[in-house]
Amino acid sequence: MSERSNLRLLVLAVLVVSLLGTLVARSFYLQVMEGAEYRAIAQNNTVREVAEPAVRGLVLDQAGRPLIANRTTVVVTVDRQVLAQQPNDGAGVLNRLSRILDEPRDRIEDRLKSCGTEGAKPPPVCWNGSTYQPVPVASDVDTQTALSIMERRREFPGVTAKLEAVREYPAPFNANAAHMLGYLGPVTEEQLDEQGDTTAYDRLRRTDVVGRTGLERQYDDVLRGKPGITTLAVDTAGNVTGVLEEQDPKAGDYLVTSIDARLQAVVEQQLVNAIRRAQNQGYRGKSGAAVVVEVDTGRVLAMASYPTYDPSIWIGGVTKKQYKQLINDESLSSNAYQGQFAPGSTFKAISTAAAGKDNFDLYGIYPCPSRVKVGGTTFRNYESKPYGPISLTRALEVSCNTVFYDIARRMWQKAGGPDADVTASDPIAETAATFGLGSKTGIDLPGEAPGRIASREFKFDNWEARKDTWCRNAEEGYPETRKTDPKLADYYTALDRENCTDGYQWRAGDALNAAIGQGDTTVTPLQMAMVYAAIANGGTLYQPQIAKGLLSADGQTVEEFDPIPVRKVEVPKSAIRFLRKSLPGVTTDGSGKTPFLGFPLDKIPVASKTGSAQVTGDKASTSWFASYAPANDPKYAIVMMVTEGGTGSKTSGPSVRKIYEALFGVKGTRVNPRDSVLVGGAPQADLPVVREDGTPVTPKGKGSGVPDVRAAGSSS
Amino acid sequence: MSGILASDPGTHTLTKQRGYWRDLDWILLIAAMATTIFGSMLVWSASRADMASDSDPQSYLKRHLINVVVGIALGWVASRLDYRWLRAYTPFIYGASVFLLLMPFLPGLGTTIAGARAWIDLPGGLTLQPSEFAKVAVILMMAVLLSEKRDIESEPRDRDVLMAFGVAVLPILIILVQNDTGTVLILGSVALSIIAVSGARTRWVIGLIGGAVVGVLLAIQLGLLKEYQVQRLTSFINPTEDVTSAAYNANQARIAIGGGGWTGYGLFEGPQTQGKFVPVNESDFIYTVVGEELGFIGSAVLIALLAIILWRAVMIAFRADDMFGRLVATGIVAWLAFQMFENIGMSLGIMPITGIPLPLVSAGGTSMMATWVAVGLLQNVRLHAVRAGA
Repeated sequence: MSERSNLRLLVLAVLVVSLLGTLVARSFYLQVMEGAEYRAIAQNNTVREVAEPAVRGLVLDQAGRPLIANRTTVVVTVDRQVLAQQPNDGAGVLNRLSRILDEPRDRIEDRLKSCGTEGAKPPPVCWNGSTYQPVPVASDVDTQTALSIMERRREFPGVTAKLEAVREYPAPFNANAAHMLGYLGPVTEEQLDEQGDTTAYDRLRRTDVVGRTGLERQYDDVLRGKPGITTLAVDTAGNVTGVLEEQDPKAGDYLVTSIDARLQAVVEQQLVNAIRRAQNQGYRGKSGAAVVVEVDTGRVLAMASYPTYDPSIWIGGVTKKQYKQLINDESLSSNAYQGQFAPGSTFKAISTAAAGKDNFDLYGIYPCPSRVKVGGTTFRNYESKPYGPISLTRALEVSCNTVFYDIARRMWQKAGGPDADVTASDPIAETAATFGLGSKTGIDLPGEAPGRIASREFKFDNWEARKDTWCRNAEEGYPETRKTDPKLADYYTALDRENCTDGYQWRAGDALNAAIGQGDTTVTPLQMAMVYAAIANGGTLYQPQIAKGLLSADGQTVEEFDPIPVRKVEVPKSAIRFLRKSLPGVTTDGSGKTPFLGFPLDKIPVASKTGSAQVTGDKASTSWFASYAPANDPKYAIVMMVTEGGTGSKTSGPSVRKIYEALFGVKGTRVNPRDSVLVGGAPQADLPVVREDGTPVTPKGKGSGVPDVRAAGSSS
Repeated sequence: MSGILASDPGTHTLTKQRGYWRDLDWILLIAAMATTIFGSMLVWSASRADMASDSDPQSYLKRHLINVVVGIALGWVASRLDYRWLRAYTPFIYGASVFLLLMPFLPGLGTTIAGARAWIDLPGGLTLQPSEFAKVAVILMMAVLLSEKRDIESEPRDRDVLMAFGVAVLPILIILVQNDTGTVLILGSVALSIIAVSGARTRWVIGLIGGAVVGVLLAIQLGLLKEYQVQRLTSFINPTEDVTSAAYNANQARIAIGGGGWTGYGLFEGPQTQGKFVPVNESDFIYTVVGEELGFIGSAVLIALLAIILWRAVMIAFRADDMFGRLVATGIVAWLAFQMFENIGMSLGIMPITGIPLPLVSAGGTSMMATWVAVGLLQNVRLHAVRAGA
């Protein structure tokens, strides 16, 4: 045959080879080079997961009483896949459902719409879960309705009534503890983003409910448990073709706290009483907090904040109106660990320790005049009372400001006065820091406030941050204010001019204010409780803890949390010893005497320090009462605080006394541990028992707290 | 059979051939058999899910196997047809196949599947795809026209080339109207290859290639192609753009093949295949089944089998002892090669999506029969050459 024909046939053959080569190369590229990627896509294409949340763990008090429990509610769900197969997309079913549930049909349809689809209402109304998951359309349905739905299955295809667990607050002894317990809410977009692109089966899912605040949030991981996951294979039409994997849910662990519900109820009641006491004296008594800790462990036995709210308000979602109300009341955050207040004279314990640290003679004699003049300003004693030359112990007892002014002024001068470097020594600020002020205590609750220590450093940083504003205001001279009140404008301008030029200076006045817990120093009541606990236990600062341990849902011990010592405070042992010797005198012979009149101090000596902190703008001072007892063998530290509450002794003191009475079982002058609100007279050494079926063993009879036994403390 | 066999082309169709079994191209036969068995396995896997709700999930496979048996039988017949008979009857075969092509236009007979009007309804729910037979007919008719009346060394006359061209163009136009673009492309390639290998002057070859390119461009430019045709042809360029239409198919196909990796999920285990994510995966997208379930290794084995068939076909074309045999073999090489490339290429996302089956592998009775006839014709050409002592 012709050459031309042969040649062209050869060309065709070569073309055929190259075509086949192309196919092999392309196959290799898709399957081997990019195979993993395509396999992942295929996985998403064909696998669907249905998650069943685990039963959330309970939160128990130290005696085993549930603070947070679960209750079952009847939930009606609709399977949208089944519904779509009904005539008219299930319009008839929805109408019948609307009638039997007595819910408008629109409402049910809103619940059925997937979030992000057309016409869907924002969460939590729309459905945030998987297409393959039945959508809950009504909860707390009464049993009769549920039964009739289940009996008339033919009329309600795809509709199911089932039991579901929701949170419940049993409130033993009416203990509220809302801020500590926290509440649940739908998982947030941020939380989902945060966990990244995980495929772990126990990852957070859009339908999950998680702890938003308090212990519910802090221990969300363990309380939540592991969801049950059914992995389904599906085809293009979404029909289930098989079950690939079934994983049973694992119930969340039980969180055992060191809180004692009965004591908590007493503390809450006594805080309310203190507020009432302030109001009866004509003060506003705006807010308050009380903390009871175990001095040797840092465990929190009770912690109360006023105002508070009913935690069950969150169940099933809070309405806009309710939320607004909560915000207006300022009841959402806890004053005990999120509120920051000037500590007033309770701070003098720290100034005393600082004096010891700075080699002042703790057993020397110091003058207590009614006033001192420093740099043209007069600093007065409380109620301008002079006591003459007195010991430091006496100065603590009568809370003499001028003694501490003198000590602070001498420290200030030694450091270099107004020209001292930012880093110059400041024994008071250093001692405050070693006692944990100015930084978070590390309590196992989210959103804790750190407080603040007034110091050279703080003042300099503050000036750096604000000098531009000050200088500009000094320049402009407050033109707006000047129009109406030229005098005030002059005052502001002068103040800002001064701040602008030497606002970084740590003046003598600053040092003096700092020494008596005034000025820029702020603390949380919890921080103050830890300070007094550290003094009580001989100088160990603990990290406060609420969680005592974890139990599995069938009662096995999962973990016990040991006390966490933060540090030995860096002050001389002699100073701690001095404080422990002096502070009981405050209760016997000083400012803490009145509230403890008649209290068996011979059996249970109480160490205390009162405080009445002046707050700019407030008509009444912040009432503080910081204490621990028994002073000779300290067990508990109690701090109570009421803003705009008057003096520590008149407002907070009597309530603290009542709490001690409840703790130690004081009746009149008799002390009987069996009368203590704590079962057995002391916090339980061991974790409570949870039976295999998950029910906790609670104290019998009066100690059970359920049903509705009035708190012992409120009887007085 | 021997009794009726004679050399008269007018009355006897089958020739007695001594050494038939000895002289067969066994490699070709075994490769074609192996490919058919391999393909049946894939068809089984692909159809299981669709048939799962039927009373007999294997019914689709059984129908496929019947087609295979009929196809092999037709192939056997094709391998034994006498050349002279074949040449003499080719015009009738051609005429019949053009008539069949027009039949879908007759009311009550045509069926439209996937936008292409190319099936003839037969009783019992069977359908016939006349364009498959048209491929055989066009190859035979062109081979007859370009191999007649001339010295083997000389080039074909322009008149013959023109006639051969016309023989190809007529069915191409009919199939174009039926929207079966894939078959049009294959027939064009076949016609071009046959004309080229016939030794026609170079200007014919270049002119035809140029004309084809201009034609396609004009068709798009003048809007002769409907929008969905253009979309189907271009969706492979940017398959992620649209997940609902043609591009969706291309995407799902690539996901299935890519997910196979080296060794695949195992037969019957491919999630894309068994989940019916890839449309018509027992036919047009059959390559996705081997790609996903048997991985790159399985795919390579399948392509290797197809390569052996093409290699043997090319060798038969080279060794043919006359121009008719060579052109028949050449036409079959071009047909099978381009159809394989188009079919696998579209699953791999490098060719436009058109509805054509993978020869010997896909389900589809007409294609299976036509391809086995082609294998038979290849054997026929080989036997002819061996007997001539080439």
